[in-house]
Amino acid sequence: MTDVLMPALSPTMEEGTLAKWHVKKGDKVKSGDVIAEIETDKATMEVEAVDEGTVEEILVPEGTEEVKVNTPIARLSGEDGASASPPAAKAEAEPAPEAKAESPAPASRAEASGDPERKPPEADAKPKPEGEGTAPIAPVQALKDPDLPEGTKLVKMTVRDALRDAMAEEMRRDKDVFLMGEEVAQYQGAYKVSRELLQEFGDKRVVDTPITEYGFAGLGVGAAMAGLKPIVEFMTFNFAMQAIDHIINSAAKTLYMSGGQIKTSIVFRGPNGAAARVGAQHSQDYAGWYGHVPGLKVIAPYDAADAKGLLKAAIRDPNPVVFLENEMMYGLESDVPEGIDWVLPIGKAKVRREGTGVTLVAYSRMVGFCLQAAEKLAEEGIDAEVIDLRTIRPMDIGTVVESVKKTNRLVTVEEGWGPMGVGAEVAARVVELAFDYLDAPPARVHQEDVPLPYAANLEALSLPSVDKIVTAAKAVSYK
Amino acid sequence: MAREQTGAAGRRKANGADNHKPFRAGGDDPKDGGKAELLKHYRDMLLIRRFEERAGQLYGMGLIGGFCHLYIGQEAIAVGVQAAQKPGDQVITGYREHGHMLACGMDPKEVMAELTGRASGSSHGKGGSMHMFSTEANFYGGHGIVGAQVSLGTGLALANRYRDDKRVAFTYFGDGAANQGQVYESFNMAQLWDLPVVYIIENNQYAMGTSIDRSSSETHLYKRGASFRIPGEEVDGMDVLAVKAAAEKAAEHARSGKGPYILEMKTYRYRGHSMSDPAKYRTRDEVDEVRKTRDPIDHVEEMLEKKGWADEAMLKALDAEVKRIVADAAEFARTSPEPDPKELYTDVYTEVTA
Repeated sequence: MTDVLMPALSPTMEEGTLAKWHVKKGDKVKSGDVIAEIETDKATMEVEAVDEGTVEEILVPEGTEEVKVNTPIARLSGEDGASASPPAAKAEAEPAPEAKAESPAPASRAEASGDPERKPPEADAKPKPEGEGTAPIAPVQALKDPDLPEGTKLVKMTVRDALRDAMAEEMRRDKDVFLMGEEVAQYQGAYKVSRELLQEFGDKRVVDTPITEYGFAGLGVGAAMAGLKPIVEFMTFNFAMQAIDHIINSAAKTLYMSGGQIKTSIVFRGPNGAAARVGAQHSQDYAGWYGHVPGLKVIAPYDAADAKGLLKAAIRDPNPVVFLENEMMYGLESDVPEGIDWVLPIGKAKVRREGTGVTLVAYSRMVGFCLQAAEKLAEEGIDAEVIDLRTIRPMDIGTVVESVKKTNRLVTVEEGWGPMGVGAEVAARVVELAFDYLDAPPARVHQEDVPLPYAANLEALSLPSVDKIVTAAKAVSYK
Repeated sequence: MAREQTGAAGRRKANGADNHKPFRAGGDDPKDGGKAELLKHYRDMLLIRRFEERAGQLYGMGLIGGFCHLYIGQEAIAVGVQAAQKPGDQVITGYREHGHMLACGMDPKEVMAELTGRASGSSHGKGGSMHMFSTEANFYGGHGIVGAQVSLGTGLALANRYRDDKRVAFTYFGDGAANQGQVYESFNMAQLWDLPVVYIIENNQYAMGTSIDRSSSETHLYKRGASFRIPGEEVDGMDVLAVKAAAEKAAEHARSGKGPYILEMKTYRYRGHSMSDPAKYRTRDEVDEVRKTRDPIDHVEEMLEKKGWADEAMLKALDAEVKRIVADAAEFARTSPEPDPKELYTDVYTEVTA
């Protein structure tokens, strides 16, 4: 004996009208036969028999409204007793005593509109998670840049060459690492970041792709799912918007959706942010966009040593990493340790300048702006501390908070737009964690809330500048 | 509408008409390996059908939430292609994937428990109907974004070629996904780089509620690789032996280094697009006609009986066995506990080991 229950035909349906019966008592039915029609406010649906049997009884007459989901609406006798009954009724081949006990008696039918095992998720008093999105990747122990062995030579190097060397070293170290992207091989990189990699590693490991970001990002993620460690170069991150579905839906979420089975060790890298006079579509900072997404790590380095040490860490990381470079900084030179395996911790900010008067928090190119602003502020008697976040996600908020506890003032600086941005996140976390230490509301410096204009004067007005940072720092210092 | 007066519209109509004709490849295919093989196909298809019927039932009871896309009617494809695979070959598909997982050999209990969102599910309840995976079975999902699996599957093939391990990535998608741009980006790269991928287009005639004639300018989807020089073939997707034979040929092409191959499987889904689809875009008669004349399971049943390889009692016993497996899976899925709240924050990142 099997009860046919009022089915839920959509994620939200709770009740419906039993509009019509297509069968009557004594009819034989088999799987797939339409036995009834039900109506909700959205649609009319057909109810199919899920197994063979004979209609023993119609329990809810046609025309009945507001029939709750899971109410028994008819009773079937299964052929040979082998009916595929609903699990709740649990009538297996032999009418065992417990099966009888569970076949709905009128009393239980009246009280139950569903599976007794089924509880809404809220029914279990689950502990509310701490609203800490970064919890799962909070470092177990304090992160720290590696100490340089005595006698390590520092050499001046451009950010461009530091990135190139990072890739070359990791490709030598691990044969699963390869680079793909537009113009990375024969052209030697649109910005020459992949210079001479083709010559050293060949076209199997340095792959020129067609101009199809969505497709090649997907291929990269697929190859990563199969265990390779691709570096996917976007000519700029503006074009990665065509591929953002694979970065987020395929790369960032699959580990979770697969219950930890499918890992994607992949780096998406390329220039991010505004170049110069290239207009709105080619000038955008995506740190806030990717920083929003659990499952991704997001890095935006400032100088050559960090670019190298963090890119090597990103390539080795078993997670998807978005590595945001900046075209305007490729040619800048700074010291890089030579002759050692230089790998920096992901998720560790760096104090670029110590100070006690105001905390300036920035990443990528804006770190340089902050250092310049700090010099100007010093002339006016304000001793600024400059923090380079280096990693956007997971964010090293501890270093920022420690600084604010000392300076009591916070200015965030980013090239992207302000609303829902990196600065908004930093300010919110500082307010949560160090509210009592603040002597002024945090201030944010960011691109004006417009698409980036082309005209030189408007472009300059739109982007953050050293002067804007100075002004903001003075404002929070009430000077 | 003006568009309907064009020649293109006429062509669409012509193509559309033959899409609905019943068709059948020869039942006496020489590739028919014998009794044991045919019985296995029969059992595998039956398991998928009974599993999906039960899933529909559990959905109706509110035990399965969200979206749930059933594979009923299309069983011959996953089963026939699986029979053509070699160990190590990968499978990836979209969100109508319960059948592929069972064909891959995943435990029905684990699959059903994922549908009910339980800790014992294949993704510990964190994936659901559309997002299941099994590294053990080389099953790479279970993807919810229409067409995304085509790029990802081509990427699996890229890894195969990188390692030169002679594996083939079987990449399934539907007639709806066949119009996505990334499909063609992937076709281009697959052929350009001779990637070992077999694209299996499960043309069930409807992209959700839009029939293929209303969505596609070229309805013969096996021709969709032509501008990339990818060979394609139309296959009766309701005939498990025809599917297997075509998949073997395509896999051989891909495995031998000749690049991708497209198989358009003409098939039909009996149920709505998802559980909440009333399927008003087609008539009940159209569905009944297919069920009556082209059902992939009935087809094999007839062959078995005609050859004297199975009688009614034997098939009934097989059916009872399959029903028991499905009933056990449903019971397991219903009684398994929900994931521990601690699981909320696991599997977001892979821990970095030094």
